[in-house]
Amino acid sequence: MDLTAFADEVGETEPVTISGMATRGGPVPGVRAVRSPTGIEWIQADEMTMRCGAGTAVDDVGAALAEYGQCIALPPHGTIGGALSLGHSGIRRLGYGPVRDVLLQACYVSDRGHVVQAGGPTVKNVSGFDLCRLLVGSRGTLGFIGDVILRTRPLPADSQWFTTEVDDPFPTFARLYRPTSVLWSGSQMWVLLEGHPTDVAAQAEACALNPCDGPPELPSGSRRVVAPSAVGSVAGTFIAEVGVGIVHHADPFPDLSLIESSVTKLSRRVKAEFDPSGRLNPGVVVG
Amino acid sequence: MTTSLVDDLGAALSPDRVRVGETELALYRRDASNLEGHAGVVCFPTTTSEVQACVRVAVRHRRPFVARGAGTGLAGGATPLDDAILIVTTKMNRVLSVDPVNRLAWVEPGVLNLDLTRAVSKHGLHFAPDPSSQQSCSIGGNVANNSGGPHCLADGVTTAHVLGLEVVLPDGEIVQLGGDEADATGYDLRGAFVGSEGMCGIATKVCVRLTQNPPAVRTMLMDFASVEAGAQTVSAIIASGMVPAALEMMDQLCTRAVEEYIHAGLPVDAAAILLVEVAGLAHGVEADVQRIVEIGKTHGAGTVRIAQDEAERALLWKGRKNAFGAIARIKPNYYLHDTVVPRRRLPEVLKQVYEIVERHELLVMNVFHAGDGNLHPLLVFDKREPGVMDRVHAAGEEIVRVSVAAGGVLSGEHGIGLEKRDFMTLMFNADDLDAQARLRRSFDTTGLANPNKVLPSPASCGDVQHVPEGAWI
Repeated sequence: MDLTAFADEVGETEPVTISGMATRGGPVPGVRAVRSPTGIEWIQADEMTMRCGAGTAVDDVGAALAEYGQCIALPPHGTIGGALSLGHSGIRRLGYGPVRDVLLQACYVSDRGHVVQAGGPTVKNVSGFDLCRLLVGSRGTLGFIGDVILRTRPLPADSQWFTTEVDDPFPTFARLYRPTSVLWSGSQMWVLLEGHPTDVAAQAEACALNPCDGPPELPSGSRRVVAPSAVGSVAGTFIAEVGVGIVHHADPFPDLSLIESSVTKLSRRVKAEFDPSGRLNPGVVVG
Repeated sequence: MTTSLVDDLGAALSPDRVRVGETELALYRRDASNLEGHAGVVCFPTTTSEVQACVRVAVRHRRPFVARGAGTGLAGGATPLDDAILIVTTKMNRVLSVDPVNRLAWVEPGVLNLDLTRAVSKHGLHFAPDPSSQQSCSIGGNVANNSGGPHCLADGVTTAHVLGLEVVLPDGEIVQLGGDEADATGYDLRGAFVGSEGMCGIATKVCVRLTQNPPAVRTMLMDFASVEAGAQTVSAIIASGMVPAALEMMDQLCTRAVEEYIHAGLPVDAAAILLVEVAGLAHGVEADVQRIVEIGKTHGAGTVRIAQDEAERALLWKGRKNAFGAIARIKPNYYLHDTVVPRRRLPEVLKQVYEIVERHELLVMNVFHAGDGNLHPLLVFDKREPGVMDRVHAAGEEIVRVSVAAGGVLSGEHGIGLEKRDFMTLMFNADDLDAQARLRRSFDTTGLANPNKVLPSPASCGDVQHVPEGAWI
């Protein structure tokens, strides 16, 4: 994808912010906004890769891939660039892995308006430092992603949500073989099983799970990240991702003042190296 | 070697774990590559604070330092240059904790890959990355190189299995990057560190994700009258929506060498054989086996041999994993390459590899991770033959060039190190490399952590050299 026009738009001086579909927070207010290119460039089903502009809608990519019997392990809605930049996984993370494992190559525009290639086009690649993983979750503070090559995955033959009432989700969790998602509210658990229909049915029966229509609605007060072993001790109204440690809580997250640590210093050095003047998404602090 | 540097290291550790004898230094001249350097001193720390102390001595004396695990790397990443301090992590080899419920463990970097899997097997778990060197390579080395292995097709390479790291940064600070928790706040510095080949600091603890052992496993061998037919079968399997646990291919020369070595009844008349493993729950596995056999037959597979028991499965894998041992029957030396090409380009790139090798009057055996397009052309030769090394390197460079030209990459799992440092310009332009240098500088403000690896010096941009300065073959 030719990113020259996008790079020119980002330019090399003055603050600039990036805008997608505003489903994940939107651009920095009061700053000149640019948009990433949109459109699917190619889908290679036999490579399980696809290339698109970062401004392409996640749902459009999902629909296009479904025609090849494939999907992408990104949470729905918004743009591909937004999903990658925030880096928050969806509730299938247990089975599908984190967002950072989806991105194979990114061409981004640097603070100086140059197009930079991070990563490479193949599913396996250890050529040089892993800038792709640095970009995922960096919220547009290190560069604006223009286009990406993503890893796709096959759609499962069967996919079914189940539920059961349990005070402790871990005995069932231990018995399940690679569930795609295990959610728990403190008294009820929901399990997404995928694969061969007979295997799905057999696992559900062995664990006394009852089919249900889908996952519960997630509380939207806060998305907390705890150690997976701490999921059992979360209090209040919540839905926890068992085996992952992400807790969707009804209450807002208590405001923790940023503790100055060695990691914070390292994060600041990263920002200073990639955007010394602080012109990319000014005011957004990661870490 | 200045006495005070050695004295300082001796005081930081203990004198018996700081070695300067020429015989010992000679043992650490290189990793498993052919690229040799020279260490000034070799240290064996046993704790994080001892690693920190070594790094601080290095900084005080402005001496480069190089981390080394088991030394099985193939790209010269652990080759010490310029009398560097070699910091060997093999004595840090404890499994610190295992959480069998949430399937993660904290380990020290010197734990061997297969030892980790053995330590957690009682919980029905394993560590998914399985390099061919898994009996001898360390987790710290796996982290540094973002190592792969046959079973990374379905489960991903090392970075997908490392959740957190304790790292001694090159300025001596200790940081924890990531951890048990799914997403640490801030940048994914864990992800940036994995695969950084010792240039961003030294990992002293690693939090790994453990994988459930599959209830059912089926392993089968198919043979083909042409490499193309085998490669097309690979593409067709993936396109049909299956991701087998492993999809490995061997060409005829390799199959013959292996068969003479292990006597597994391999089809030595076939042009290529495909080893396919499917793992998971029973019905899904059986359905996949049927579909894979059908796809194979459609693409001209001759015989299909499905391992009937664990012993036969082990035998089939023994052939794959011992391929490198078998080559000694043909020629005494080998040079193993590692590039990746898009799966669909495998047939044409393999054809080019054969042409290149023939032109340089060498022999090549191909044994590789076909499922992810990860080629491992193995050039076999006798280094006593005058001029042969020049031909080996010329052929190697051409193989790298045709792989990148086909839309591939420089390395799938061995890393860049010294070996491919000056090939980086084939894949990345000056801006791309500058960004990688920025990442490196963020972590290493001293420039002392394994310098002169991975990133070509700006002066050598566009100028591909075979042997980097400071190293020799």
